[in-house]
Amino acid sequence: MRPFAYATPPDAREAVLAVAERPDAAFLAGGTNLVDHLRLGVATPGLLVDVTALTSAEIEDLPDGGLRLGAAVRNSDLAADPRVRGRYPVLAEALLAGASGQLRNMATTGGNPLQRTRCVYFQDVTTPCNKREPGSGCAAIGGATRNHAILGTSGRCIATHPSDMAVALAALDAQVHVLGPDGERTVPFTDLHTLPGDTPERDTVLGHGELITAIDVPAAPIAARSRYRKVRDRASYAFALVSVAACLDVAGGRIRDARLAFGGVAHKPWRAHRAEEALRGAPATDESYRAAAGVELADARPQEGFDGGNAFKIPLLTGTLVSTLRALAGEETRA
Amino acid sequence: MTATLEPRAIGRGLARRDGGAKVRGVAIYADETPVPDPLFCRIVQATVARGRVSDVDTAGATALDGVVGVMTSTEAERLASTDDAELAVLQGTEVGFRGQIVAAVLAETDEVAREAADLVRVTYAEEQADARLSADRGDLYTPESVNPTYPPDTHEGDVAAAMAEAPVTVEQTYTTPMHHNNPMEPHATTALWEDGHLTLWDSTQGVHPVRQTVTQIFGLEPEQVRVVCPYVGGGFGSKGNPHANVIMAAMAARAVPGRPVRLALTRQQMFSLAGYRTPTIQRMQLAAERDGTLRGIAIDVVEQTSRIKEFAEQTGVPTRNMYAAPNRRTTHRLAALDVPVPSWMRAPGECPGMFGPEVAMDELAAELGLDPVELRIRNEPEVDPETGKPFSSRNLVACLREGAARFGWAGRDHRPGMRLEDGWWVGTGVAASVYPTMRMPKSTATVTYDGGRYVARIGAADLGTGTWTVLPQIAADALDVPVEDVDVLIGDTDHPEASVAGGSSGTTTWGSALVEAVREFRDKYGEDPHDGDAASGSVNPNAAEEDYVMSAFGAQFAEVRVHADTGEVRVPRLYGVFAAGRIVNPRLARSQFLGGMTMGLGMALHEQSLLDPRTGHVVNHDLAEYHVPANADVDDLQAHWVDEDDPYVNAMGSKGIGEIGIVGTAAAVANAAWHATGVRVRDLPVTLDRVLPAR
Repeated sequence: MRPFAYATPPDAREAVLAVAERPDAAFLAGGTNLVDHLRLGVATPGLLVDVTALTSAEIEDLPDGGLRLGAAVRNSDLAADPRVRGRYPVLAEALLAGASGQLRNMATTGGNPLQRTRCVYFQDVTTPCNKREPGSGCAAIGGATRNHAILGTSGRCIATHPSDMAVALAALDAQVHVLGPDGERTVPFTDLHTLPGDTPERDTVLGHGELITAIDVPAAPIAARSRYRKVRDRASYAFALVSVAACLDVAGGRIRDARLAFGGVAHKPWRAHRAEEALRGAPATDESYRAAAGVELADARPQEGFDGGNAFKIPLLTGTLVSTLRALAGEETRA
Repeated sequence: MTATLEPRAIGRGLARRDGGAKVRGVAIYADETPVPDPLFCRIVQATVARGRVSDVDTAGATALDGVVGVMTSTEAERLASTDDAELAVLQGTEVGFRGQIVAAVLAETDEVAREAADLVRVTYAEEQADARLSADRGDLYTPESVNPTYPPDTHEGDVAAAMAEAPVTVEQTYTTPMHHNNPMEPHATTALWEDGHLTLWDSTQGVHPVRQTVTQIFGLEPEQVRVVCPYVGGGFGSKGNPHANVIMAAMAARAVPGRPVRLALTRQQMFSLAGYRTPTIQRMQLAAERDGTLRGIAIDVVEQTSRIKEFAEQTGVPTRNMYAAPNRRTTHRLAALDVPVPSWMRAPGECPGMFGPEVAMDELAAELGLDPVELRIRNEPEVDPETGKPFSSRNLVACLREGAARFGWAGRDHRPGMRLEDGWWVGTGVAASVYPTMRMPKSTATVTYDGGRYVARIGAADLGTGTWTVLPQIAADALDVPVEDVDVLIGDTDHPEASVAGGSSGTTTWGSALVEAVREFRDKYGEDPHDGDAASGSVNPNAAEEDYVMSAFGAQFAEVRVHADTGEVRVPRLYGVFAAGRIVNPRLARSQFLGGMTMGLGMALHEQSLLDPRTGHVVNHDLAEYHVPANADVDDLQAHWVDEDDPYVNAMGSKGIGEIGIVGTAAAVANAAWHATGVRVRDLPVTLDRVLPAR
């Protein structure tokens, strides 16, 4: 752990400028991931700029029936909000599937999507990692790959994104409000995170000094019937092997529309547009769900590993998707 | 045969005497020992698995404000004994495993020490390392003995012939992965070298064993070393022997006479320095008659040790005593690899060694179409199959029957993959548990009468097991006085010598010493002593061990649910029934059994150290990635026991209970997972991908 300076600027604008002018500066919000990285030597910032008090901690109604989530809203508060629970069950469930009560009390809306991969090699400074140290190599390839990606990997990085909340937000077409040194901009949530490609050191499209100030979740009637299903190696307090965020609109036994995103399978929350397309108009049956998974996973590239690798994620994700959609369609039948 | 104490305090579920202090946070653990002006020690670990340290650049570290010194193999003192390569800290440049201590920093604050440790630059002449265990290696060897002193191999009759002739056989290979002890309290020491005297406040399962090791290694006299440890935040065997961190702490303290030094391992460091359970490969053979009677039983074990120090887990040993069969074989073969040094972890031998056999028995029951409870009852031996001696008491059958009744086993459809409820495959499984009743050769207690109270002293340890509470119960009944009038002081080498809290031997050994001390006391002073009257007594060898084999037994029943779409495995019910002699304190005993079973549940479903064969280190070296059960994994968990009157074990009539709870659990769960799905998982842990192919 290296010494670092700590600053509490009066507003978000100054916080952004403070970080932008120092290449070794970083924002600090809930700290649930960054503080670990300070201890492990994974992050060695010279300046931490505390933004916890600088962005909104409120959940506001938007005119279209959506919600604006202030970046400082705690995960626990977001999960408990009656509007979130009512309009976007998938988001509340995703939040509650993540971490522990104590961590959710600290973690923020703006920080959660920016948590970094849990790849054990990324977190161990004694092993090469292109994400941590560009050009050093990827120890995960051929290593322990059980938790790693099967979609969108590159020869330089096979890490997954660990957030549950982000998977739900990807399915909900959320919009991210960003304040940077050059002003404000809005980024579609599905474009926030990047695939590793040749620059796995980048997790998102955000530039240095850009700060998430709020996330808008647009009105989505389809989300009233939605679910987050997380599959992991123990019943609680573990990162997803795979997860599914799903919204389903079924009428008369046929699928009218669907929104799907997958977690635990890629460097970003994986919005499954191809599977959605395959489902539209299809009968609400296990066969349709299985076929949709097959379409989305056609390009999946499992990793070998000394731990047995991660080829199991293909049948696992398929089974998880089938199970989740079957349950959602069942709600329609009962309704 | 010893006269068994009349139980008055014994048998009562008294609350922990140390519970209040722990709940209030005032119980002092090793790293928080209040000492003036301590220095902080942080270690630097090897990043290669084999080779030599060619250079240590300490310039960056020593340049930091607050750094008192950097210790390397060049500057470190020469130890009096380097026979134990694990403990020969900084005595040479050779690297025996990745994670070995290659330098250490001493600084005025922990933060500076940590930063400085990161700045020490070590370069290596790296050699090709070999960290891959397999059963077909050409260099497997037979150890001279397996832990602690059992013969590595036993043969009786002809198992091969029995396998050839028997109408029904099972021949399968089972594996258990590398496991790491993960007590909540990391290994930690506060050390002070002053006026030729070393004091270690150490988190340990035995203050006297630590002193013995430290005196040998540093060439000191016992009077020069005091080890203190009132409380331990769990050990599970990993604090049974001092590891390199204790030697490092003492060495650091000796480098700065008069200044206390604190050294606490990080969670990650524990994965290379605090011991672990070897992975095991267990080749099982069972030969049986059609009625289930075993004609032959064999286990051939392959496991690993470190190239620099041998530890041979006695995985095949429980098979020697468990079931009757005229033809029997057990063998152990080791691979010496460039890996950290394995050691004790809760129920070494029995814990991994009851996985293969108890799953194999389930497979045999399935082959025969027989109730697996009944199969075990049919193979219950009259006498110990290995020695021919009778058991002092053996109530496995009673445990199986009691457990079956409590669990609702009767009427079970023994066919697998038959029950689908709400999208979950449901099954049940059973396995047997066993743990030997051990008594250590050395322990002494004193009893003093002081101000109307009896104060006993013994250097025993309480790892959260209940020693602070149980020893007064034993002393009170030996004295025939109310337990409220008795204090027992433990955890300090200033008290009389006590054995390690290991092998579930603590209560037997220390309790026996207390009973002897009380007998001496009463012989000398009668029923009406005066202040200052004192006597001491020591544990005696148990003559009955010549004539009887002594073990606790148990049976564990698991219900497992496997999600039909995802393969997720849940254990909604896990019941254990044990026969462990007289239960000294039911409240604390239940905690011990449930704790063991919970750890067994973790072994069944979660625990697996992933040692990367390319680097030789455990990559999932924290509690986020090395999974132990979370609360949500533990559902209806019950521990029960059957009454057992054993006049041979000791004056308390008790058997050790600290370890048996983990024995057999994983097999019961794996057997239930098979019953649920029809998929036989022979490699732990039972993860969803291993049962997923079912559907």
